[in-house]
Amino acid sequence: MIERDLVIVGGGPGGMAAAISAYENGIKDILLLERDQYLGGILNQCIHTGFGLNYFKEVLTGPEYADRFIKKVQGIPGIEISLKSFVVHLTKDKVLTYLRPGMVKTVKARCLIMATGCREKTREMVHIAGTRPAGVFSAGLAQKLVNIEGLLPGKEVVIVGSGDIGLIMARRFTLEGAKVKAVIEIQDKTRGLMRNVVQCVTDFDIPLYFKHKILKIFGRDRVEGISVAKVDDEMNKIQGTEFTIDCDTVLISVGLIPENELIEMAGLELDRKTNSPVSKEVNKTSMPGLFVCGNAFKVYDLADSVSKDSESAGRLAAEYLKH
Amino acid sequence: MTKELICIECPKGCALSVDIENCRVVKVSGSECPKGEKYAVSEIEDPKRILTSTVLTQGLSLKMLPVRTDRPIPKSRIFEAMNEIRKIKINKAVNAGDIILENLLGIEINLIVTRDVI
Ligand code: SF4
Repeated sequence: MIERDLVIVGGGPGGMAAAISAYENGIKDILLLERDQYLGGILNQCIHTGFGLNYFKEVLTGPEYADRFIKKVQGIPGIEISLKSFVVHLTKDKVLTYLRPGMVKTVKARCLIMATGCREKTREMVHIAGTRPAGVFSAGLAQKLVNIEGLLPGKEVVIVGSGDIGLIMARRFTLEGAKVKAVIEIQDKTRGLMRNVVQCVTDFDIPLYFKHKILKIFGRDRVEGISVAKVDDEMNKIQGTEFTIDCDTVLISVGLIPENELIEMAGLELDRKTNSPVSKEVNKTSMPGLFVCGNAFKVYDLADSVSKDSESAGRLAAEYLKH
Repeated sequence: MTKELICIECPKGCALSVDIENCRVVKVSGSECPKGEKYAVSEIEDPKRILTSTVLTQGLSLKMLPVRTDRPIPKSRIFEAMNEIRKIKINKAVNAGDIILENLLGIEINLIVTRDVI
C-alpha cells in the first residue's frame, strides 16, 4: 500500500492553510484530497465580500480569498493535489479509502489532517410542522444554486433563522429580483454578524422578526406559505399572535454541524451535542497523529480564523512526524 | 439630530452614535477604530456598497463567474448596476482581477471578475 507522510482531507480554507503550513514546517510529502473538481471548498459559492480583513488586511470576496491559497498550494511541488477524490472510509491505522472517477484507491497516512468542514442543519432539525412540498432549501444549497448553477429557486422567499448564510441570501435573492418577505428568528438577536443584518436585510427593507417562530409550512406540490407566531422568553408560542405569509420558497439558516463521520468510523469519540471531536487542545484528537482543523473542529464565524487555526494543525503534524 | 448606526467595515460591528447637523456629520462616537468614523460620514452623506454578483459564461468550464465592483458604488444605484451586470456574457478565459466592464453606469467604477476561468 502506498504510504504518505501527510494526508489532508478537504481542500477548502482549512485544508489549504494546513497544507501550506505543514510544508513550511518541513513536511515534503503531502497528499491533499478534495472531493469537488476545484479547490476552495465553500468559498467558491461565497461571492460576497467580508473575507481576508484579518488574514490579509484586505477586503476580499470568497473566491478571491480562496484564489490566494489555491495559487500558493499549486506552486508547492511537495503538495500533490488530488481532485474529485471522495474519502469514504478511514481506519484506526489511518488507512483511507477514496473514490476517484472510475477507481477506488487506498492510502496509508503516517499523519492525517481532517479538514472536512461542516454541513447545514436541516428542516428536520428545527421541527417545522406541515406538508413536505418542493421549495424548502437550506440557505447554503440555495447559495450554490444561485451562485454556481445560475438558477433562482424561488420568487417569494421567507428565511427561517438569521444565520450569516441566510442573511447573505436575503440580499442575493433580492438583487436577483426575488421578493424576500421576511427573516424569522426565534432568538431575540441575530445568529449572524450585525454587519450582515445591516447590509443584507436593513439595506433592502426586509422585515426581520425576532422572537418569532415558524409553525407550519403549507402547500401541496410547491410551498404556498407559512405560519408564524411570536414566542415568549421560553420560546413557546404566544396564543393569538399567529399570522401567515404567502411565499413559494423557504430557506433554512439555523446553523452548521461539523462533518466528522470519518473519524468516528476510525473510533474517535465525538461530542454528541456539537459533533466536534472530543479534544483538550485546538486541532488535537485522542488519536496521536490525527488532527482536525477548521469548521470540522468547531464552527468558526470567519474563514480568516479557520485559516489561522488550520496553520497550527500543519505545525502539529510536522512536530508529530519529527518524533 | 443623533442617529444610531452599526459599522459594517469589519466583523466587530461597533454601535456608532452619530450627531448630524444640516445633513452633515459633526461627531461620531462608539467606533473602536478610525474606519468607523469614515463609515459613519459616508453612510449619512453618501452611502455606498461594494456590489457582488455573478455573470453568465459561454463555452467555459464554469457556468457562472463571480464579479464585484472594484470600489463601492452608491447604494441608490445598486439595482441599476444589477441590470447592467445581467446583460454581460463571458466567452473567453479570464483571471481573477481582470476588468470585464469599464465605467459601470458612467461613474468610473469597473466590474472585475473574482475567480479564474478557462
Ligand atoms: S469602527 Fe473599526 S473596529 Fe468597529 S466595526 Fe468599524 S472597522 Fe470594525
